[in-house]
Amino acid sequence: MADHKGTWWIWKVFWILLIITAVEVVLGIIKPEFMLTQALGTSILNYTFIILTLVKAAYIVQIFMHVKYEKKGLRYALYLPSLILIPYLTFILLTEGSYLFT
Amino acid sequence: MASTAEMTHEENHWGGGSRPLGSRYGKLMMWFFLLSDALTFSGFLTAYGLMRFKYESTWPIAENVFTHFPGLEGDQPLLYVALMTFILIMSSVTMVLAVNAGEKMNRRAVTNWMLLTIIGGFIFVGSQAWEWYHFISGDTGAVETNRQEILHIYNNEGERLSFSQVIHGMEEGHASNHGEEFSKSEVLGALKSNKAYYLQQPGKAGQAFTHAESVAMLEAGDVVQGANMIRNEYGRKQFANFFFFITGFHGFHVFSGVVINFVIFYNILLGTYERRGHYRMVEKVGLYWHFVDLVWVFVFTFFYLV
Repeated sequence: MADHKGTWWIWKVFWILLIITAVEVVLGIIKPEFMLTQALGTSILNYTFIILTLVKAAYIVQIFMHVKYEKKGLRYALYLPSLILIPYLTFILLTEGSYLFT
Repeated sequence: MASTAEMTHEENHWGGGSRPLGSRYGKLMMWFFLLSDALTFSGFLTAYGLMRFKYESTWPIAENVFTHFPGLEGDQPLLYVALMTFILIMSSVTMVLAVNAGEKMNRRAVTNWMLLTIIGGFIFVGSQAWEWYHFISGDTGAVETNRQEILHIYNNEGERLSFSQVIHGMEEGHASNHGEEFSKSEVLGALKSNKAYYLQQPGKAGQAFTHAESVAMLEAGDVVQGANMIRNEYGRKQFANFFFFITGFHGFHVFSGVVINFVIFYNILLGTYERRGHYRMVEKVGLYWHFVDLVWVFVFTFFYLV
């Protein structure tokens, strides 16, 4: 167990998650014109959403689920399979999806 | 501070005294379960992506589908789901606070934070039920052609109309059907009598048809209101199927999380962990609860935002 003093570090992550979600919702409602430019298959807005989501996910896993403070072996056991298999599956299926019935 | 009974228990399982990966048996097993569950969810979400890329031009746009907020009239895209996200994040925070209080053996604080976590989980499941109810009962209604394609009714000002507005007129009708059922002949009659109405595809492409084409398509087709596994008024049937399956599977996780949290909460009240000398069970169930929040972060992005 990492020794944390008090609970300020929990509330810090709470505010980060809250602010990122608020930014996502505002962007989703106003959809700024300049972010709708297409690049590499989808809009810059969608890339922004995906990056913000990954930042949120990283905070939840690292801090709330405490992975940051685990032994190196456990960190690798969790990160390697998920970070290799999930992007691989995503790449294969999304590429295939664009070619189905063409 | 492990009790004697627990030490022998651990030695039986692991032997040797050293702890693999600096972790304990229960926590490691929880992590391996969560890893496999993460791969399951990514399978579902990428399958959703496959269908979405396949039908890219006519895939429903989420902000045209989920537009309701309790107590508010009109178009409120994203607001409700943002509130649900906030509730789940909040309940994740109370869970970390419970785990944190457990490490300090503060029984009173663990009890309170666990209770708040359970309440947050209940509110989330309830919100999801509300969302499902509105999704199933439908909004504007749509025309299904004889080729199972979904089309929406528009007027020449480019406004999307509900059956209620088409039949009762713009003044009398509501932007949402509010559960009122309309027959094919009623909608067809109204569509025929007003040349300003035409049909248009959902999604990015949004191909529009002329008034004459629209009438012919409805004559050969049918009207759809609401959503089920076979047809839905929003667009491709796969859209509703994936919505039910992914949010349903996630909702089931939240529900089982609430049940497990309650069992732990009950044990805290009984003083089980106080006697055991540690609150590691709270930590383990906490991992599961954060995972549910983690999955929702991705569902929120890929179903509602992107």
